[in-house]
Amino acid sequence: MPSRDEIFDKVKDALVEALGVDEDEVSPSATLVGDLGAESIDFLDIVFRLEKAFGIKILRGELFPEDVLSSSEFVTNGKVNEAGLKELKARMPFVDLTKFEANPSVQNFPNTLTVEDMVRYVESKLAA
Amino acid sequence: MRWFWIDRFNEFVRGKRATAVKNVSLAEEHLHDHFPGAAMMPNSLVVEGMAQTAGLLVADAIEFNRRVVLAKVAAAEFHFDAVPGDTLVYKAEVLDLKPTGSLVKVTSTVGDRVQGEAELFFAHLEPGDGVPKLFEPDELLRWLDHMHIYDIGQDEAGQPLARPDW
Repeated sequence: MPSRDEIFDKVKDALVEALGVDEDEVSPSATLVGDLGAESIDFLDIVFRLEKAFGIKILRGELFPEDVLSSSEFVTNGKVNEAGLKELKARMPFVDLTKFEANPSVQNFPNTLTVEDMVRYVESKLAA
Repeated sequence: MRWFWIDRFNEFVRGKRATAVKNVSLAEEHLHDHFPGAAMMPNSLVVEGMAQTAGLLVADAIEFNRRVVLAKVAAAEFHFDAVPGDTLVYKAEVLDLKPTGSLVKVTSTVGDRVQGEAELFFAHLEPGDGVPKLFEPDELLRWLDHMHIYDIGQDEAGQPLARPDW
């Protein structure tokens, strides 16, 4: 099992290649969408690169739970409701949702995922 | 105008690599308009030729059962402009291929000089909601015939590519 620093370095390489950003922009607290400018198609690219770099399999919806965010069961008036937040926490234990919970508007979600979250996600996949 | 940016394939190895050529001619009108007075092949169209080379390579590998869309030019660099009289040779090499998408590296050379390099990311869309009909079989086959894919192509076992009977 690689150390957290080793995982971070490989995640950083994947993001630099997929998003065309500079290495020093990829800090642990940087958000993928807001700070690094990732667009929806970039997520497919990032998934490909992480799968290759770590030899893991990333299932659809694991990194971006579009089914939850577009479900009437989990979203009320454009905001993720309590059941939705519970579902997100269960599905994405690697993401720190504290900030998102303060204003759980669906459109804020893309700005939630950080580089550190990705590192934690890879760590959980490698440990599984 | 038809959107054909390669003239033919010279090598086509299913799921692995392909080489296509594009002859740049002053008879092509767009060469005159890009920089009036200095006819050159716009690099955006070089990318299109690279994408057609790589796109057909991966579409064949997944048996044309999904729509292969150039989703992203992950990286591209050009070293000089191609001009009338040049033959661009596009070499595509599949870096990663999955049902949902593929990543292909393509280089463009003129003689022994590397003209451009790109990494292209394709999304493979399933037919259905939001994805129009994949293709008209007759039209696609005609195009593939023009490209000589079934004259020179090889499958995974090194055998000649079988022409589909759509």
